[in-house]
Amino acid sequence: MRGGLSVLLTDRLALGSVVLAALVLGMPALKPLFAAAFPALDRPLYEADGFLALTLDHLALAGGASLIAVLLGGAAGIAVTRPFGREFRGVLDAVAAMGQTFPPVAVLAVSVPILGFGPAPALIALTLYGLLPIVENTVAGLESVPEPVREAARGMGMGPGALLWRVELPLAAPVILAGVRTAAVVNLGTAAIASTVGAKTLGLPIIVGLNGSNPAYVIQGALIVAALAVVMDAGFDRLAARLTRWRPGGA
Amino acid sequence: MTRVRLIHNRVALLLAVVTVAAALALPFLAFAPNRLLSGKAIALSGVAGAGGNAAALLPFALLLAGPFLRASRAVNVLYVGAGVLAAAGLVWLAGQHAALLAATASPAARTSFGAGFWMMEAAALLAVLDGVRRLGLGPAGRVAVGALVAALIGGQFAAGHLDQLSIMKEYANQRDVFAGAVLRHAALVAAALAPTLLIGVPLGIAAQRSPAVGRLVFPVLNVVQTIPSIALFGLLLAPLSALAAAFPGLGIGGVGPVPAVIALTLYSLLPIARNTAAGLAGVPEPVREAARGIGMTPRQVFWRVEAPLALPVFLSGLRITLVQAVGLAAVAALIGAGGLGAIMFQGLFANALDLVLLGAVPVILLAVAADAALKLASALALSRLGRTAA
Repeated sequence: MRGGLSVLLTDRLALGSVVLAALVLGMPALKPLFAAAFPALDRPLYEADGFLALTLDHLALAGGASLIAVLLGGAAGIAVTRPFGREFRGVLDAVAAMGQTFPPVAVLAVSVPILGFGPAPALIALTLYGLLPIVENTVAGLESVPEPVREAARGMGMGPGALLWRVELPLAAPVILAGVRTAAVVNLGTAAIASTVGAKTLGLPIIVGLNGSNPAYVIQGALIVAALAVVMDAGFDRLAARLTRWRPGGA
Repeated sequence: MTRVRLIHNRVALLLAVVTVAAALALPFLAFAPNRLLSGKAIALSGVAGAGGNAAALLPFALLLAGPFLRASRAVNVLYVGAGVLAAAGLVWLAGQHAALLAATASPAARTSFGAGFWMMEAAALLAVLDGVRRLGLGPAGRVAVGALVAALIGGQFAAGHLDQLSIMKEYANQRDVFAGAVLRHAALVAAALAPTLLIGVPLGIAAQRSPAVGRLVFPVLNVVQTIPSIALFGLLLAPLSALAAAFPGLGIGGVGPVPAVIALTLYSLLPIARNTAAGLAGVPEPVREAARGIGMTPRQVFWRVEAPLALPVFLSGLRITLVQAVGLAAVAALIGAGGLGAIMFQGLFANALDLVLLGAVPVILLAVAADAALKLASALALSRLGRTAA
């Protein structure tokens, strides 16, 4: 038990997760605190939606978009590094580089006149944006596999499929993961702003609070979003360490 | 074994297929009796009917022929030219038809771009991008092609050809607000840049000289970077409102431009400090030795050797910072900082979709322009280094 507690206090992922869970589930218990801090407010706690439901919707939007982007972006990155797709490599690189200069919030906004309001258009906009870093890093990761390694694998009798799954993708995994991380960080933040385009997320208390001059709502939403970001960051750190653990020197 | 190849460029083939599908299946424009109703779809065939209008689509003929042409420099130049003219021609066509519709409709009627327009425009611009890449143009050439597209579309705007399009009607209604918003947007980014440089550059230099500083500073800045902007704005609200309550004379508040600039600065510190440190770390030790050897003081070594060599990497950090700040400043409109984001969110909250475009499209253009300008500056800095070294 003592070991468990010390792990909890020194491990950013575990500590962050506990704080996140406490904030999501225990926000109503903080009502007296917010009431004392903002005595002028009639409603010191956001109660129009439950924070758990908002958090789950937020994760569904950001996580769903990131997952679809991993599948599509990974497939595209693999395709353009194979002989049959090499011709598309240049234009894909250019689009990925150019597209990432577009601010995510502007992409989200532009998608509304084209796709409409609601969670589904927001999901499409987040997915498209998330594709860019994933494609870029998948290509970079696969390209970084040294040619002699490929030769050796072919020499051992591996076909193109085995080469990809057992040699190239494992070697490229840390670079691909960095792209997934970028996409996930951007999507987590953009999903919060997506509550302005009709998706119910943790951004909703923030937007409602800002529009209605209720700083308590703003802080409640912001605390949970920030805790979510810290937990996700720690989680990706853990994942990245696991992916590179087998390498000599851990690098 | 020789086989006659019919398809020489599969990228062009894909773009041609997308273009044809968008032209046939998707609405090119939408026409609505007023700004809040959704519009009636108008197909491209209904727009291109008249003789002069069809001419605007001529460049597409070359784009559609692109897949079947054997690659050569001349073909690539023609392909880029056709893409540029096609992109500008589509806009012209939309403006032309909007004017035609406006002649017989009420002043409240709106003609806006349809999904077909966006897809065809995107395909034309991708054709330009791909052709430019095949030509192997450097940063200056790329910026020149981009400027040509901007000039051809900007010229139509300046000449009033696009006035009857819905987005331009919004612009006409908001002309003064829009100019103020652009200036405010740029001012927010500039106001954040000053403290960023004043703090970030010394921080980067310190981090490069002493690893302990880097170990302390970079993890903190990294965490800040992962916190979504809207949450950081929210978290700053509490301490800044408290500060404002304690010192009412200071002119600070939880909302408005001041917290926006503080948040923008916090986000901007990481790329600036990191790239300053990385640029300096990239200066080879023998070069420093040599500079000291010819009797330079530490100050001279820094300003005349280290700083110029670190400049390209530093400029790349500045590019990341500026592009990021342009986007973050748009989000800052939510806390009342103003700027183009205010127009964008006003449109979103009021369901006025052309107002959304009027805010969001310039944000994208500003970000792309900042990116292009600093890429050009980096290339210049690099080529100057190359000349000095040679």
